[in-house]
Amino acid sequence: MASLKRFSPLPGFGLAMGYTLVYLTLIVLIPLTAVGAKTLTLGWDAFWSAVSSPRVLASYQLSFGASLLAAGINVIFGLIFAWVLVRYRFPGKGLVDALVDLPFALPTAVAGIALATIYAENGPVGELLKRFGIEIAYTPYGVLLALVFIGLPFVVRTVQPVLADLEKEVEEAAAGLGASRWQTFVKVILPHITPALLTGFAMAFARAVGEYGSVIFIAGNVPMVSEITPLLIITKLEQYDYAGATAVASVMLVISFILLLIINALQGWMQQRYTAEA
Amino acid sequence: MSIAIRNISKQFGAFKALDDVSIEIPSGELVALLGPSGCGKTTLLRIIAGLEYADQGQILLAGDDTSARHARDRQVGFVFQHYALFRHMSVFDNVAFGLRVKPRRYRPAEAEIRRRVKRLLELVQLDWLADRYPTQLSGGQRQRIALARALAVEPKVLLLDEPFGALDAKVRKELRRWLRQLHDEIHVTSVFVTHDQEEALEVSDRVVLINKGKVEQIGTPESVYDHPATPFVANFLGSVNLFHGRVEDGQLHLGEHQVGAADGNDGKAVAFVRPHEFELVPGWAERDGLPATIVRVVSVGPSAQIELSRSDGELVEVSIARDSFRLLGLGKGDQVLLRPRHIRVFQAEAQAA
Repeated sequence: MASLKRFSPLPGFGLAMGYTLVYLTLIVLIPLTAVGAKTLTLGWDAFWSAVSSPRVLASYQLSFGASLLAAGINVIFGLIFAWVLVRYRFPGKGLVDALVDLPFALPTAVAGIALATIYAENGPVGELLKRFGIEIAYTPYGVLLALVFIGLPFVVRTVQPVLADLEKEVEEAAAGLGASRWQTFVKVILPHITPALLTGFAMAFARAVGEYGSVIFIAGNVPMVSEITPLLIITKLEQYDYAGATAVASVMLVISFILLLIINALQGWMQQRYTAEA
Repeated sequence: MSIAIRNISKQFGAFKALDDVSIEIPSGELVALLGPSGCGKTTLLRIIAGLEYADQGQILLAGDDTSARHARDRQVGFVFQHYALFRHMSVFDNVAFGLRVKPRRYRPAEAEIRRRVKRLLELVQLDWLADRYPTQLSGGQRQRIALARALAVEPKVLLLDEPFGALDAKVRKELRRWLRQLHDEIHVTSVFVTHDQEEALEVSDRVVLINKGKVEQIGTPESVYDHPATPFVANFLGSVNLFHGRVEDGQLHLGEHQVGAADGNDGKAVAFVRPHEFELVPGWAERDGLPATIVRVVSVGPSAQIELSRSDGELVEVSIARDSFRLLGLGKGDQVLLRPRHIRVFQAEAQAA
């Protein structure tokens, strides 16, 4: 009597959850633990001096600042992209749709070299911009540019299906009630797609923080100015300072994790507000 | 607020959705646009609302030409078949939406908005749901909220596109009675689209029958039901038996049989008789009437449904009160003469597909 087994209407929870945990452990947790373990070989003082040197702090500032800014820019332009792809019909739409994914497929080093070539002082665009006194390559702007490039597909691809899902009638209802185009956008469309925008933002941000290949070619890697944290880690590795490298990396991990948690919580809170089923 | 629809035409590619449609709707009336799916009734409703633009013609609201005006400037309330509620807003905020988006000069104070929304929710009898979200409501409740939302801006006219189409039969019946009562209470000029003839006949003051983008007939439910102007109307409203014959000296003839009195010009004709407009005479002895054989009898409810086969094999449906049928003492296989009490005759050329 006591061992009467209860069956869930959704079978397979035990098996699926088991696989998920094992997989997460093997693929994500064990490598991360290794980073933590290596870091622990440093004493507190050594750790602190490794992660708080001015050069490291400047790289954190650049990496996180540029990543957040790039993700923000991608939210705005990704939304416009998704809007155009969902709402309008035009010749070559299939081509544009496919081009959006290209930053995913391109080896990042190729992207970096291409960007550096175009935006360098003697490159076609760089030369033009230089006349106006704008320098992109080998400055923090170059870093930002590369991060915007690789993060573009995320927002487009998360917002696109959600936007397509929004019935035309809902907008017509808003217009019929006297709302202007702008009011309809702000009060009806934007709340509908905000969770997707946040997801896109989080993914674009996460990708940007970890990005290495495309950035280093265009950044110029000037210490204190245009040197990103991942490059700093590689530099330490090349100097056989393994513990120092993992120390810098673990701080970066913790900050990324906290930021992603905040974004997820924000998103969960928004979803919960109006999709709670009775 | 009256609505005048003048010579509206609308084409989608090669398809003529509306062809020179004109309808006058007096203030305070509840009018049904009735027709089969694809007949253009929804397109017409959307044109009145300004959600679609006509190729030709005018829409006048209270004598004022609004044809070129945007939907948001027409002061028209629109209720959609699938509700189109704002999912991320509570029921209260949905209803308040129209008031909150008004330009600041015309926008009521927040306290006034609260009062008005509360009154509207009471009107649709759902004030206890104010804090819920649309996904937490049943279909019938959602449609009533959609109606309250449309009424919040005090529209000049109310347009409803198949408002009960997505609901199940029982809720649909309840809601249409409720809509009729609501209309009697607030008297806003209303137009609703439906393909359900029962709904149109039960709810509306007047019915506009539309077929293939053209108005077939406009009239009260009784008049269109009893005096259909075209074969399409006769066919569309309720079940009907169709006969191809000819009229001679005011009598309808089918083959060598003289069926009954029919007005109309002599010549080939299409005749319609409703199932409940027949009399059954046992046996084939008499001269008047159409000979037939009983094939099937379904005697459930207040009337008996009798299926008969004519000598040429065509089926005829007859419905008579169960008691009268029992008195006749008829059953399956018996021979009877069919005598219509009322025949509607149309010239054969005018026969609709």
